[in-house]
This record gives sequence, C-alpha cells and structure tokens, in this order.
Amino acid sequence: MNKTSNPQDLAQIAKRVRREIVSMITAAKSGHPGGSLSATEILVTLYFDVMKHDPANPKWADRDRFVLGKGHACPVLYSVMAECGYTPLDKLNTFRQLGSIYQGHPDVRFIPALEASTGSLGEGLSLGLGMACAARLNGSPSRSYVVLGDGEIQEGQIWEAAMFGAFHKLDNAVCIVDYNKIQLDGFTKDIMDVEPLADKWRAFGWHTIEVDGHSIPALQAAFAEASATKGKPTVLVAHTIKGKGVSFMENNPKFHGTAPTAAECEQALKELA
Amino acid sequence: MVANKFELKPGGATREAFGKTLVELGRESKDVVVCDADLSKSTYTHLFAKEFPERFFSCGIAESNMVAIGAGLASAGKTAFVSSFSAFVLNKGFEQLRVTAAYPNVPLKVVGTHSGISIGEDGPSQMSIEDISLACSLPGFSVFSPADEVSMAAIMRLATAHPGPVFIRAGRAKTLSIYGPEQTFEIGKAIELVTGTDVVLIAHGLMVAESLKAVDLLAAEGISAGVVDMHTIKPIDRDAITRAAQVGAIVVSEEHLVDCGLGVRVAQVLSETKPCIVEYVGVENTYAESGTPDAVLDKYGLRAANIAAAAKRAIARKRG
Ligand SMILES: Cc1ncc(C[n+]2csc(CCOP(=O)(O)OP(=O)(O)O)c2C)c(N)n1
Ligand SMILES: [Mg+2]
Repeated sequence: MNKTSNPQDLAQIAKRVRREIVSMITAAKSGHPGGSLSATEILVTLYFDVMKHDPANPKWADRDRFVLGKGHACPVLYSVMAECGYTPLDKLNTFRQLGSIYQGHPDVRFIPALEASTGSLGEGLSLGLGMACAARLNGSPSRSYVVLGDGEIQEGQIWEAAMFGAFHKLDNAVCIVDYNKIQLDGFTKDIMDVEPLADKWRAFGWHTIEVDGHSIPALQAAFAEASATKGKPTVLVAHTIKGKGVSFMENNPKFHGTAPTAAECEQALKELA
Repeated sequence: MVANKFELKPGGATREAFGKTLVELGRESKDVVVCDADLSKSTYTHLFAKEFPERFFSCGIAESNMVAIGAGLASAGKTAFVSSFSAFVLNKGFEQLRVTAAYPNVPLKVVGTHSGISIGEDGPSQMSIEDISLACSLPGFSVFSPADEVSMAAIMRLATAHPGPVFIRAGRAKTLSIYGPEQTFEIGKAIELVTGTDVVLIAHGLMVAESLKAVDLLAAEGISAGVVDMHTIKPIDRDAITRAAQVGAIVVSEEHLVDCGLGVRVAQVLSETKPCIVEYVGVENTYAESGTPDAVLDKYGLRAANIAAAAKRAIARKRG
C-alpha cells in the first residue's frame, strides 16, 4: 500500500471511499450510510497516514490496533481496508450477502485482519484499552485507536472504560468520538443528550482535543498531539456531519440505517465524482 | 391421514403487533409506561411514544440502565415495559434483570424484538439465539414466544395482567398468520394445532408455521404429524408434552440454540413423565452470519424441510 501524509492525496482516497460506501450499501439494499460517511476522513487519515500497519503482514505484533466500536459503520472500514490491500476491492459489493467476508457488522471469523468483532455498541473502547495494556506489558510501541459513535457513548461501559484508561495512564490509546449529532431514532440531543461532551472526557482524565472531523490536516495535527501526550489517554471529539458528502444524506437521520435507492445512488455518485 | 387444516396467510411481524397492542394498553390504563433504548422505530414503541410522550422514557443506547429504570418504575406500581433488540436487552441487561426484577419479583415486562437469526443481514451481533435460555434461567419470570400477530396481541394482554415479571420474544420478519381472532390463549397452556399419530412437532415463534408446513410435507409421504404451539416456554405445559409423547416421536424446533432452548426443557419434562424419542431443529452450537433472512434460515436449517427430515429420523428411531 502507498501511505501518504499529503492532505490532497488523502482527500482523493476519501472521495473514493465515499463512493464505495454508497455503492456497497446500495447493492446490499441495507446498511448504515450516515455514520460511514461521517467517519471517512477519520479512517482514511488513520489507515493511510497515522497508523503503523502492514497489509502484507496483518498479524505483525507491533502493528497499531484499530477498533470500530460503532460496528454498523463497517462499510467505511471495509472500503478503507480494501483500499489498503487487506481484502478484495472487487468484492465490496457482496456486502451483507450470505458467505461474503463483508458481513453486516465486522466479523473476525471472515476477516482475520480485523482486530475485533463489533456491532453491539459500547464494547470497543474497553477492547482497545485492553490491547493498549497488552502493548505496554510487551514493551511494544503499538498504539490503539478506537472510533465510537456519539450515540454509542451513552452506554455505561464507555465511561467505565474511560475511567480505566485514565487510571492506568494509557497514553498509547486514542479514542475518536464521531460526533455527528445523530443516532438511530433521531438527533442525539433529543434521544439522550451527551453534552457537555469535551468537559465529560476532561473530567474523566483524558487529554481532550476538539477537532473538525472532516479536516484532514486538523486530524493529522490532533493525532500528532495525541502521540506527544504522555501519562494519559487522548480523545478526539471529532465534529462531523452524518451523511457527509451526499447532499440529501447530510444531517438526515433517515440515512442512519437506510440504503439509498438506485436513483439516489446515482445522484450520490454524481455528487462524489 | 389428518390433513393440515391451517391455512397459512401472509401476516405482519410480531414486533408490529407488540407496538400496536402497547398503544391499546396505554389507552386502557394510564399506568402503562414504556422505556426505549434508541430503537423505538425498530421495536414499534414509537407508536406509544407518539400517543403518550409523557409516559415514554427515552433511555439512550444504555440497555442495562433501561432495565433497572423500568424495574424502578415497576417497583413504584407502574406497568412498565422495557424493549430493545432481544440480544441487547437480555445480554446487556441480564444482571439488572436478575437483581432488580427476578430476585425481588418485580413485575417488569420485557419485550425483546429482532430475536433469532431471521433478522438476516445485520448478522450475529444483533441475532438473539440465547434469549430463551437466559430468560428461563431467571426464577419467577414467565417466558413467551408468540408465533403470529394474533398470539402476540393476546399474550401481551395476558402478560400485562400477570402479577410477575415476563419476557416476550418478538421477531423482525413478517410472520405467516395462523390464528383467527376467535382463538383464546392461556398462560402455560400450549395449543395443539394439529393432531397426528406418527410424530408430534413442538415449536415456538416462527417455527410453528414451519412445523405446520412440515405437516403437509410429511402427509405427502403418508406420515401423520401433529403440531403443538408452545407459546409459553415458562411455565411449560407438562401435560401437553406428556400427551405428545404418546405417539413415541417428537421434534422440537426453534429459532434458538438447540443446546439451551425449548428442546432441552421438553426433554427434561419427558425424562420425568414419559421418556420419548426426540429430535431437535435449531441453531447448532454456532453463531450464524449475514444474508437475506431466507438465505440464512436455509443455511442454518430452520425450514419445514429440516423439520420433516427430523421427523423421519425420529420415526425411524422409534421403529428401531
Ligand atoms: C448495544 C446496542 N444497542 C443498540 C444497537 C442498535 N443500534 C445500531 S446503530 C445505533 C445508533 C448509533 O448511533 P451512533 O453511535 O451515534 O452512530 P453513528 O451516528 O455514527 O452511526 C443503534 C441504537 C446496537 N447496535 N447495539
Ligand atoms: Mg451519531
């Protein structure tokens, strides 16, 4: 794979990933476009620039670990992993079909290069912190990156994990909250408001950075700051737009878990050309 | 040969019947309250939320908290329902179900939708294949798995009036409708839908309709099969099971792990009353996978043809 720190190149990759997300969910006739599109720059920046990993050697012991807590957004992860060369690009459109490695939620039985099977919200941060503990015990430079949804962090386990991460001073762990302000049934503020979000993480002892989750240079700077932060874990509160990049999906709760029609897909691909 | 007199017609999902009945119950009593964990559109509790917003408690994605909030409401005298996907409310809420509802015998009403593997595309993390086992393991809980909309509506009413905690299992998929509106239901009384002389097919949930289809498949081969709808899994209908054993061959089918569902409960009763040959149809010691509901049910063997094959195995064993 070709890693790059050039924001323009990363933006090009992000555009391709968005097209693949829309196409695979349309082909599957089900899936979660909104939260996949909101996390696109986050995952592209991690996989193509920030994280140390090797698609030719997926079990390399010192690799950085990535856990997608919000497993329903797996189209973005599948697309990025395929773009990196872990899995076949030409099979993305088998998403959610019987026998496909691209299961409805990330499944390590089908893709061993995944670090975790997720889909039940709230478990990813604990998993990532466990991996960070193992890295420290092994004297490994491996870092853990965990992406959570803003609805997902309503799970109590997230805050149990948050306490754990700070208490154990896991400065090799980074949590990214995809703060797109929408969950399944509607706007997060109407279902269970999570504000004041940055203050909560600070109170839990995390180095907290608020960032524009669609700005690749801002994400790069935030990840660099996280790596330089010692003695505590870092969280990026990434302000994003659910459905980012497709006009009729942006900020539209309907596209949390609704597949686009063929016509909508065509329109979306035009916008993402 | 007793032909299958049940005409299976396309019906709605049991989750939808749950949501509609909840609204009726809400109109009948202002003590009915509902808790949701960011799935109201999927569980159909949004119908209740729309009509009774002041009695609808949005808990966010926090199932264990929701269960204990519901138990608090129920402890304070409300007729409290908590609902989510079955996998989440039972697995994440289990400790709370145990200590805040079962142990103090608080009459919490728990409804798990999207049970079994027929949810299809979302895959194993959302598929509930151990919920019957978990719910039945809670002392004092009554456990139901209705087969169609009519039975769901009836069981919702029985469960609401029941003085103890209950778990009701609902599905995402559309059902085949079995019952007419005249059908009566009683807690703990299975319904003997078809009588047969060679084998009896016992089932719950969507496997009841599959068992009825299997009756026709078997009849075509000259085999007489009966069907029992075990809509109440706990307390179990020991008499119906013992009666079924009279033919000497039983098949238990369920959209659940065979290791710990209705089948082992039937076997337990038989071991105490009338030992009998039993074959089991269900999910075998594994997690399923994504696919269309039909493709997944085919691959994991939860079809009328699988039930018919199991029936023939049971009959062959009976004849020795
Ligand atoms: C424990 C659990 N409860 C409920 C669900 C169903 N569910 C899937 S996605 C979702 C909403 C997630 O919202 P958010 O975390 O904000 O994700 P995003 O907006 O990034 O898609 C819910 C409730 C689940 N997958 N897991
Ligand atoms: Mg969100």
